[in-house]
Amino acid sequence: MRARVFVTLKPSVFDPQGRTIVEALHTMGYGDVGDVRQGKYFELEIETTDSAKAKAMAAEVADKLLANPVIESYRVEIV
Amino acid sequence: MKFAVIVFPGSNCDHDAHYAVTQVLGQQSALIWHKDTDLQGADVVILPGGFAHGDYLRTGAMARFSPIMREVQAFAERGGPVIGICNGFQILLEAGLLPGAMLRNRGLKYRCEHVHVRVETTDTPATAGAYKGQVLTIPIGHGEGNYYAPPDLLKRIEDNQQVVLRYTTADGRLDDDANPNGSVNAIASVCNDRRNVVGMMPHPERACEPALGGTDGLVILQSIVKALTTA
Repeated sequence: MRARVFVTLKPSVFDPQGRTIVEALHTMGYGDVGDVRQGKYFELEIETTDSAKAKAMAAEVADKLLANPVIESYRVEIV
Repeated sequence: MKFAVIVFPGSNCDHDAHYAVTQVLGQQSALIWHKDTDLQGADVVILPGGFAHGDYLRTGAMARFSPIMREVQAFAERGGPVIGICNGFQILLEAGLLPGAMLRNRGLKYRCEHVHVRVETTDTPATAGAYKGQVLTIPIGHGEGNYYAPPDLLKRIEDNQQVVLRYTTADGRLDDDANPNGSVNAIASVCNDRRNVVGMMPHPERACEPALGGTDGLVILQSIVKALTTA
C-alpha cells in the first residue's frame, strides 16, 4: 500500500520560507494569496494489504523520523 | 584527559576540534566514526560541526540514529559531559538530549561571521572557566540556527537557567540587530536540566589561536578541561 505523509510547521511556528514565497506572490500580482506555509511530502510504499496497519506504520515513522514534534505536525493518507 | 570527537558522514569541523584539543589544549583526542559503538573510555564527548548525512530531512535528524549515538546517550545519562557545536547542537536537539528545535534562519541566509555572545551561566562544563556576563567573540556558520522552543518549554529553560550563551552587542546588550538568526530570546546555547550536555551554535574551535583571528573560543575549550579537573 502507499502512504502519503504531509509534514507542516505547527501554526504557532514562524515559517520564513512561506513568508518569502508569499511576498514573491504579492510582487507577482497575486495579492489575494493571504498566507503560504511550506511543508514536506513523503510517499511510502508499505508491503501490506491492511490499510489500518499501513496507516499505523506511517504514523509511527512520522513520529520517529519524518516530523520533529517540537515544531512540526503531520497528516497520513492511505491510497 | 581524553576527548572523543564523533565523526559523522558530512562532519567537517571534526579535525578542527581534534586539532584544538590536541595541539591547543594539549589533551588526548580520538576521532570516532559514527558507526562505532565504543567511546574508547573518553572523559568528554564532542559532536562537531558540519552537515551530518547531508542535513537531509532536517539538520541532525538522521545522525541521531547513528550507532554511536546510543553510547553518547548512555554516556550523557551517566553524567558525562557532551558538547555539541553547531551541527552537533542540532543533533543533540533531534536526539532529545537538549530541549527545543532549530528552524531556518530568520533571513533565510547562511550566516558566516564573528558574533558576540554573552555568558549567562557558568554552571556548565562549557562555561566553568568564564564569568557571568562575559562577552565572547566567536564565529558562527549556519543556515539553521534559529533556536525555537514553545512558550511553556522556553519558560522552563529560562527559569532553570539553562540558557548558556545569548547573542548580544559587543558590550553585552541584547539587541535584535545582534541576533544573527532570529533565535527566540537570542539563545545561542542551551544545556540540559542536569547541565552536563551543552549545545552551542558558535564555533569555539575556530577561535582558539591568534592566527585564526581570535582566541575567545579558548574560554569555552579551557572551561571543559577545568570542569573535568575540578569535578
